[in-house]
Amino acid sequence: MDVSNRHLLDEAVVTTKLDAVIDWGREASLWPFVFGTACCAIEFMATAASRYDISRFGAEVLRFSPRHADLLIVAGTISYKQAPILKQIWDQMPEPKWCVAIGACASTGGFYDNYTTLQGIDEIIPVDVYVAGCPPRPEAILDAVMDIQRQLKREEKFALRNQEFKGRLDDL
Amino acid sequence: MISKSLDLKEDILYQTVQNAKEKEGFILLLDITCIDNLHKAHPSSSRFELVYILRHRDFLETRIYKVALMQESIQSISRLFESADWAEREVYDQYGIIFKGHKNLKRLLNHMEFKGHPLRKDYEITKGQICTYSQDLMDEMIPLLKERELELQKDNLMVVNLGPSHPASHGTIRTLAALDGETIVAAASEIGYLHRGFEKSCENHNYNQIIPYTDRLNYCSAIMNNIAFAKTVEEMLDVTLPDRGIFIRVLVGELSRIIDHLVCLSAGLLDMGAQTNYWYLFNPRNDAYDFLSKLTGARLTNSYMRIGGMTHDLYEGWESDLKTVLEKIDFGITESLKMIVGNRIYNDRITDVSPVSKKEAIGYGFTGPNLRASGVAFDLRFSNPYYFYDNFEFDMVVGSVGDTYDRMMVRFDEMNESMKIIRQAMTQMPGGEFNISDKSIIMPSKESIYGGIEGMMNQFKLVIDGVKVPEGEHYSSYEAANGELGFYIVSDGSGTPYKVKVRPPSFYHLAAYPKIIEKYQVADAIMTLGSLNIIAGEMDR
Repeated sequence: MDVSNRHLLDEAVVTTKLDAVIDWGREASLWPFVFGTACCAIEFMATAASRYDISRFGAEVLRFSPRHADLLIVAGTISYKQAPILKQIWDQMPEPKWCVAIGACASTGGFYDNYTTLQGIDEIIPVDVYVAGCPPRPEAILDAVMDIQRQLKREEKFALRNQEFKGRLDDL
Repeated sequence: MISKSLDLKEDILYQTVQNAKEKEGFILLLDITCIDNLHKAHPSSSRFELVYILRHRDFLETRIYKVALMQESIQSISRLFESADWAEREVYDQYGIIFKGHKNLKRLLNHMEFKGHPLRKDYEITKGQICTYSQDLMDEMIPLLKERELELQKDNLMVVNLGPSHPASHGTIRTLAALDGETIVAAASEIGYLHRGFEKSCENHNYNQIIPYTDRLNYCSAIMNNIAFAKTVEEMLDVTLPDRGIFIRVLVGELSRIIDHLVCLSAGLLDMGAQTNYWYLFNPRNDAYDFLSKLTGARLTNSYMRIGGMTHDLYEGWESDLKTVLEKIDFGITESLKMIVGNRIYNDRITDVSPVSKKEAIGYGFTGPNLRASGVAFDLRFSNPYYFYDNFEFDMVVGSVGDTYDRMMVRFDEMNESMKIIRQAMTQMPGGEFNISDKSIIMPSKESIYGGIEGMMNQFKLVIDGVKVPEGEHYSSYEAANGELGFYIVSDGSGTPYKVKVRPPSFYHLAAYPKIIEKYQVADAIMTLGSLNIIAGEMDR
């Protein structure tokens, strides 16, 4: 090949920012860990099934080990009893990682304003996207995934996220 | 169904229950609960009353024993009934009643750092307590190993956690298993991860406000919980729905049963790697949800029922929509069965895995498809035919040995029976009113609320005060998708229940789970859990 042929190089080489390349890769290969506890998890099953098909958005590789995942999807009520487990799973996930709170319970405790329910998972872990609904429709869950894809484009690539976050279980 | 309530002195309870079981034939312990009389308008002599609900072996009679407690302790009946083990632990956890002679009386639903007993009337509803660690469950595992004359080190056993966050645990259920190679030699389960305080919330809301909470008990068949709750309250009010209302309830109830079984089977088959079946069974479920969202406005948590009827009538053109849904369900089931019936992999995986005999199943407190899989012909739709179930032509599906195969196949066949009922209900659907006409129970029409002072006041009183239910206590049960779903409601005459206790079928199924997976492999345990269809929402409440 004649390397001095500048015209040929123009076609073979694209100059861009490193950030943009990494973004492009991350965007279409989110690996979610689904922390499904209740009704919302059933709707997540529907999101993964063929009609709504989460793989259209590149997020169908569901990982059941937090160490393989970069998107935590919390689908369902989190009780105080469950909180340390959720916290441990979040801590086990490698950076960079994102978190989606699906449904009223995970976002705010929902209508379970009582002695057993954590009033929103943002009391213990940082949340990037909240999804309203009890449970939200599969379309809303897909919208949350797309929202994460939009958000991750704005990240500084090698910076650690959520370093300032202090939850109720962090101070212990 | 004949139901008899008897008051007992605490010192003769054990003897009476033993006699009822051994001489009179009350072999199925349905539930144990407690009433805290602290806030009653006419306080009785004792603060706590225990309630034991038993069922006769011919399934035609229910016996309720009520015991007024002088002290906060009583003799345990866990030696008589296996199902009393967890039931008593729950009462201890929620009310602080000590059961003397119980082997392992510790908290069940709340976490170990929890102080106080939340269902006592003097416990504030919003007082949450932070939990910082999960218990290791070795306090249960070590005695289990000792009983089996095993030692962790000497016998080279490995202890693993199945759950609480595990893809095949279908929710958050934790089982600690001691393994010898791949074989489970001892197991202990922990629940309560989805305990959301349903029963405490009920004491804080009026009857119609509770309906959305009941949706979230068994969220795979939300409407059935609505119906069971509304039916119990209607029995207390002594009202009966018009025929059309009853037919609509049968119709959507049976459709919910199909949806529940579809979720159970598709997830169960997915666990064993049969992913194609998952698509075939999950897609018609989506079609059924399209029908339900058109009818009720929601896919999953419908809140369609009200005390005394339902929110609105069927929409115009529902017949053709429902017909299409049934055809699609039929197609899904047929295609799925084509792939698994006679399939060597399927049969070898689940035949003779974790069988439960008739006697064991009743001892554990099994009901519904899991009990019928063991060969016990008990279905409330037959033994206690409410809602014209005796006029519909359908069969009870009964298994033989109660293994995982039977539990799955009973569900496959039950879907066909439910479709038969729906088709009959569709052709026989009567016209006329669907709600009762009593203005003190059911909301007036929108026109009269906005069009006149009388309708507006009527609506205002119903919203603010709620439906006033006469003072008394009542237990009523309903054949839900997972088994006998019962509600024990105590009313003080106001619009808010004094106490509501759910008799959740899944609770008793899971209590048996660590016992029936013993001697089988880890992979079998996953299939057994799938076939029992544990729904954490109704189990933990």
